[in-house]
Amino acid sequence: MLNRILALIVKEFLALLKDPKSRSVLIGPPLIQLIVFGYAATYELKDIPYAIYNEDRGAVSRTLEAVFTGSPTFHRVATISAEKEIAPLIDSRQVLLVIHIGQRFSERLISGESTQVQAPLQVIIDGRNSNTAMVALNYVRSIVDQFNRQWMQERGQTALPAYLESRAWFNPNLESRWFFVPGIIGMLALIITILVTAMTVAREREQGTFDQLLVTPLRPGEIMLGKALPGFLIGMVQGTVILLIVTLWFRVPLLGSLPALYCGLALFLLSGVGIGLLISSLAVTQQQGLLGAFLFVVPAITLSGFATPIANMPPLVQAITRIDPLRYFMVILRKVFLEGAGFDILIDQFWPMALIGAGALALSSWLFRHRMY
Amino acid sequence: MITRNHSRHLAAMRLKSLVRKEFLQIVRDPSSIAIAFLMPLFLLLLFGYGVSLDADHIPVAFVAEQPSGDTRDFEASLLGSHYFAIAPAPSMPEAEQAMREGKVDAIVRLRANFSERLRRSDGAPIQIIVNGVDANTARLTLGYLEGAWGNWLARRAASNGKDLTTPVQMEQRIWFNSEMKSRNFLVPGLVAIIMTLIGALLTALVMAREWERGTLEALLVTPVSMTEVLLGKIVAYFVLGTGGMLLTVGLAVGLFDVPLRGSFWLLWTCASLFLLAALGMGLTISTLARNQFVAGQIAIVGTFLPAFLLSGFIFDIDSMPTAVQAITHLVVARYFVSIVQTLFLAGDVWAIVLPNALALVLMALFFLGVTWRKSRKRLE
Repeated sequence: MLNRILALIVKEFLALLKDPKSRSVLIGPPLIQLIVFGYAATYELKDIPYAIYNEDRGAVSRTLEAVFTGSPTFHRVATISAEKEIAPLIDSRQVLLVIHIGQRFSERLISGESTQVQAPLQVIIDGRNSNTAMVALNYVRSIVDQFNRQWMQERGQTALPAYLESRAWFNPNLESRWFFVPGIIGMLALIITILVTAMTVAREREQGTFDQLLVTPLRPGEIMLGKALPGFLIGMVQGTVILLIVTLWFRVPLLGSLPALYCGLALFLLSGVGIGLLISSLAVTQQQGLLGAFLFVVPAITLSGFATPIANMPPLVQAITRIDPLRYFMVILRKVFLEGAGFDILIDQFWPMALIGAGALALSSWLFRHRMY
Repeated sequence: MITRNHSRHLAAMRLKSLVRKEFLQIVRDPSSIAIAFLMPLFLLLLFGYGVSLDADHIPVAFVAEQPSGDTRDFEASLLGSHYFAIAPAPSMPEAEQAMREGKVDAIVRLRANFSERLRRSDGAPIQIIVNGVDANTARLTLGYLEGAWGNWLARRAASNGKDLTTPVQMEQRIWFNSEMKSRNFLVPGLVAIIMTLIGALLTALVMAREWERGTLEALLVTPVSMTEVLLGKIVAYFVLGTGGMLLTVGLAVGLFDVPLRGSFWLLWTCASLFLLAALGMGLTISTLARNQFVAGQIAIVGTFLPAFLLSGFIFDIDSMPTAVQAITHLVVARYFVSIVQTLFLAGDVWAIVLPNALALVLMALFFLGVTWRKSRKRLE
């Protein structure tokens, strides 16, 4: 029996690897994606284009201007002198924000020491991408805060009664690359596993070779195992390669337990293979197989918390994410890489994936038998 | 004269029946219907509800090591904000444990001497620890906590009969999306993603299937020419894609309440250009791959994922490394995402629309040209 399954697996691998196009699809694109997306996926901003609209021209406003000029995150593209110049710059996205220093800014700042007169600084920002706008505003605010602190200190004014002392655990510099890059392992492993398994049976059905398989001494369970294992093995190999690139090239710290990570990967691939076979047993043509794979992969990635947090979704959608195996693997990846987690903390992520995998495999084997005889 | 008219008439008839054949094929294959009509609906609902960057009710552990009127006052200012869901924790180790288990995303700690130091000249520290794994949410959380802290200081000063004087007061005006709803920029971008799927993925699959099964060769032994076959496909899927576009734009405005400030007709025109480019991509992929598995992989990896990650749909292009920025210029969706975000939220800004529309025209011509040339050559 083992020999028969082994022969089938060898045949599956040959079918995948002998065609140079299929072969290159298995290796090249995932690597390119990892590198490109690893660099592209970031919410940090740099070289924020801005314009200064300074109506004051006093010494203090010059100092404030200099703070922005000296900041590496901001890049001044224009200096304007009239209100009506603001709109064209922002509309055409030449600048993300305009810093408007009003008339008598310096004067009011100097005279306002003990009174309640404050010097206003207006920031006009392009809100088309609200997240970018929010991040940029936070940067501006921290520059202004810094300026204020220094100003008060120089003038011996009493400090604020309370101040914030912030730090971040697990990712002290708040690099979003550390958040995204480990997640890409899960995303790519899912795509390849589902594609390989969802297409195998559909291809044989379409080409009529499935009937030939059925007249061999192989039993349905053995055929299924032979179809399932290649996807699983390819996912394992690809996952390992990407894991190496993530740690060696992107230098994301891997603090937690590697066995726990591999245990997670195995359970995750098991559920992936199960769902792939489910799609495969339902699909009659390759096109349907591909579509089914696609209809599963896209929501699975979107709802996994890969790019946007699950906590932000409406409660109903959050409930749906519970049947998404990638959701659990994302948590495992990030907790093992950044938080140094081991088996004890991750147990709540392991069993749902095992359950999803077992359920999908059981259902697909039932379907296999039903659609065969 | 008569014969020329006659042949032109024949050509029109051939094209008409080819288009008819494509439509029949689409209507009779449930999977094509799924991509063309159910998929846009499904994706729009999925992304519209599933993708959000607006953090709300962030779970925060609050530790007051020695509760007093001051700590309760500060806690009240956090409780009043819808950004936080405050979970009081009796001590630091418990709060840290909650953070490790992922039950809270931040800890706010007021030390035992908080009230005392509040009245000293150097001020009292408020310790904040955020879980930095999700850097963006961590940054938002810090920003919201800063806001709550500022409000608390101002209120406290006011109740003591003083005004809180900050030398420079920052005043922000957010254009186009004053409520800062991430849905307002994500949903317009979805129009681009969904049209990429219909245009590129569906055509890539359909055409690859014809190559694989040899039905394309069968068609070509009839009097129809390759150009006519391609034209028939383009017309059929163009109509489908336009339907998908109208559906998504309608839902964006009707269901998700995204304002459409620009001209609808301009949006339609640009969408048509984009659709042509996407169809061209799909046809190019299928002509080069001629195999459904490979065509499907390339369509997902080469069109869908770049449209998602490299188009400015979620991630800011200007902040990517220079090399990646150069690659984004090859992503057709990039130009359309810029157009739709502007047309929806800002209005008819010609400085954005014209250059991007021009890029779409060039891309469409390029991809359709490649398909035309390649499919001619590959038959011989």
